Amino acid sequence: MRPSREALYQEHGGMQLFWFQGDRLEYRARAGEDGYLWDVQGYYGGDINKFWFKSEGEGAFGEAIEQAEIQALYSRAIAPFFDLQAGVRQDLTGPKRTHAVIGVQGLMPYMFEIDAAAFLSGKGDLTARIEAEYDQRLSQRLILQPRAEVNLSAQEIPELDIGSGIDNIELGLRLRYEIVPEFAPYVGIEQEWKLGGSRDFARLAGEDPSVTNYVIGVRFWF
Amino acid sequence: MTKSNLSLSRRRMITSLAALSGAAALPMPAWATGNMGRHGGAAVGKGIHELSGPKIDLHIADGRFATGGRSGHAIAVNGTVPGPLIRLKEGEDVTLSVHNMLDVDSSVHWHGLLLPFQFDGVPGISFPGIKPGARFDVPLRLRQSGTYWWHSHSGLQEQMGHYGPIIIDPAGPDPVAYDREHIILLSEFTPMHPHAIMKKLKVSEGYFSRQKTSASDDYPLSAEQRRMWGRMRMMPTDIADVSAPTYTYLINGHGPEDGLELPYRPGERVRLRIINGSAMTFFNVRLPGLPMTVVQADGQNVQPVAVDELQIGVAETYDVIVTPNAAGAFAIAAESMDRSGMAQATLTSQPGRKATFPALRDPPLLSMVDMGHGGMDHGGSGDKAGPAMDHSQMDHAAMGHAMPEASPASGHDGHDMGAMDMSGGMNMRDTSLLPASVKVGPGIDMVSMNPQDRTGYPGLGLEGVPHRTLNYRMLKSLAMDHHKRAPDREMELHLTGNMERYMWSFDGKKFSAVGDDPIRFGHDERVRVKLVNDTMMAHPIHLHGMFFELVNGQGHHQPRKHTVIVQPGSSATFDVTTDEPGDWAFHCHLLYHMHAGMMQTVSVAFPEGAA
Ligand SMILES: [Cu+2]
Repeated sequence: MRPSREALYQEHGGMQLFWFQGDRLEYRARAGEDGYLWDVQGYYGGDINKFWFKSEGEGAFGEAIEQAEIQALYSRAIAPFFDLQAGVRQDLTGPKRTHAVIGVQGLMPYMFEIDAAAFLSGKGDLTARIEAEYDQRLSQRLILQPRAEVNLSAQEIPELDIGSGIDNIELGLRLRYEIVPEFAPYVGIEQEWKLGGSRDFARLAGEDPSVTNYVIGVRFWF
Repeated sequence: MTKSNLSLSRRRMITSLAALSGAAALPMPAWATGNMGRHGGAAVGKGIHELSGPKIDLHIADGRFATGGRSGHAIAVNGTVPGPLIRLKEGEDVTLSVHNMLDVDSSVHWHGLLLPFQFDGVPGISFPGIKPGARFDVPLRLRQSGTYWWHSHSGLQEQMGHYGPIIIDPAGPDPVAYDREHIILLSEFTPMHPHAIMKKLKVSEGYFSRQKTSASDDYPLSAEQRRMWGRMRMMPTDIADVSAPTYTYLINGHGPEDGLELPYRPGERVRLRIINGSAMTFFNVRLPGLPMTVVQADGQNVQPVAVDELQIGVAETYDVIVTPNAAGAFAIAAESMDRSGMAQATLTSQPGRKATFPALRDPPLLSMVDMGHGGMDHGGSGDKAGPAMDHSQMDHAAMGHAMPEASPASGHDGHDMGAMDMSGGMNMRDTSLLPASVKVGPGIDMVSMNPQDRTGYPGLGLEGVPHRTLNYRMLKSLAMDHHKRAPDREMELHLTGNMERYMWSFDGKKFSAVGDDPIRFGHDERVRVKLVNDTMMAHPIHLHGMFFELVNGQGHHQPRKHTVIVQPGSSATFDVTTDEPGDWAFHCHLLYHMHAGMMQTVSVAFPEGAA
């Protein structure tokens, strides 16, 4: 009887799940060399405690990967709509730094999905990233998604061409069609601005601090 | 065994024409030879075969079910979905033998039957479950009569077809006079595996809905109301977690395209034994043009009450009498509460003559009252107002989503909208309103601010229909309870949840978190249990082993029930005499809510001196 009791309890509320989402997997057409971007995440766990992982990166075709990172996080539900996440981030390009991560991810009033995290690198540099997106259903399958991302830095990081203050801002608009809820191709446009010191670094390197990307991609989960 | 001969005793008329042909086509049932076992390829029959006698055998096996061009894995009992009708008589002894021919554990719970707890069939509470290849015998002396049902209590097997009806005929004369009867067993079929459904519910809020608000919908919601819903991070269309087209709604195993016909002769009093054996669906049941007289609820006789439509929650039963006087064909239309689909059968006086089915009506919407702001409303009785009201008045759904020009409720609307504006300053989750027994955490996304007793409410979407509907306050037990006891004590239990995370619980604690800490009752206590719904979904709460009496203002005629719907943002109260010792399951009968944790053990002490 004991094993069946334990099984019963576990079965009714103790479920553990695996979820993987490719939020943005896209081709980016722009002035100069076209590029690509990935932004994926997933978790394994129960309602309250989860192991959460994230990875994002981008680059231009025909060149080395410009930027890539992976995060491994412990995620804990701390409120009905929010998880507190803490763990490590490993940069896979450049000086390959390791960062401690602390952040929150969840759903804000008015249905804004938000993911905000602070990063402290092994070199002692403090940076932060805030992402927000909103799904506006145009019909049951067609969804317009405005998206914003802001990167911040507490100090200048010359080896990464990052100035202090607001490093960059991205504003995007993606229109996706959910063939099924799990699989939705999209098209969109994204504008990126480097600001302040980062803009100066970009100019010094001969790059345009303002880039417009025309994107086509796919969003999926399973 | 299968009752394939048509002894036309008017009382025992076979319940479906299709079932009859199905029975004739089964010379050597596969389930009896074990051929359906692990290979799972055998086609599952439909319809309801009757079993009776002192020994009844149920064989649980895999099979393949098909309807309306869809097919998929099913769990069939004795080769059919639903499984057989178990027909018994009050006062008699019977042995129910359950044979598990699956390659996983199984069980049968006898929903609504009074019996010793160890035979109640809930693995982990009443017994260890039935292993693959094993048999479990349930010896019973029947001490009740009425319409009931049985279903698996293992995993999510119930969704896959593991259920069937029970009728217990009374020992004496039946107070309900009728010439013919039909079972109307409502359920769903989906080719999707229930574990896949559970996962999608968990990871993707609103996954199964195709009726969400959007920039191009024509729901009668103002921009302000839409913003309010968004601010609360909730959806006014969150009515059915799983719905059509994922589900094909069934009557006696027949989808709409199967064209189930149920016969009658003009002038007969036809008893429809309506059983909601679905996993997740509340149905609005009506036979346009034919009034129904409700005579029984959850197997217990009630004083006859005439209605034109009734909402039946998951796991409830209603017996109704219809009297079609002329020859013809009547639609038996069971529309899902969210109006995404309909289970259909025809009550016909001529084989082959089909009824015309009403179109699906516009989907209803949740309102302030469903958020527990019932007090804001004019209706002190808790009757609901709001946008859903005008919406549902459009019974003639053919006109689409057009808003009625002049709605009698429009004044009310204005008021409600005012209340909604106010909600900006209101706390949707004021946990200080909760008693200390409730564990506050991420699993609670809402607290009802002013939960009203809504036993006078006919169910979402039925509050404005232009005909008579049933509500709990109309149910009066047929027999008078002369010895009605006042409660010895009262307890309050909160139904809690988080839509976004798909967490469901009692008092903020999932079953997995409570485990061996049951709700305890002394022997023969009289307890008043108030259920407070702190969610925006209606939960059909089911107590195993004992009937409770619904506190619905009917004094010595409070109806006895085994399942009570607690409406969104409101409360319902029952009195129970805890005279059935042992451990019993107590849970929400929405299968995936139960599975997410909305379940508890109720432990009733044995009388002193008893072993
Ligand atoms: Cu529920």
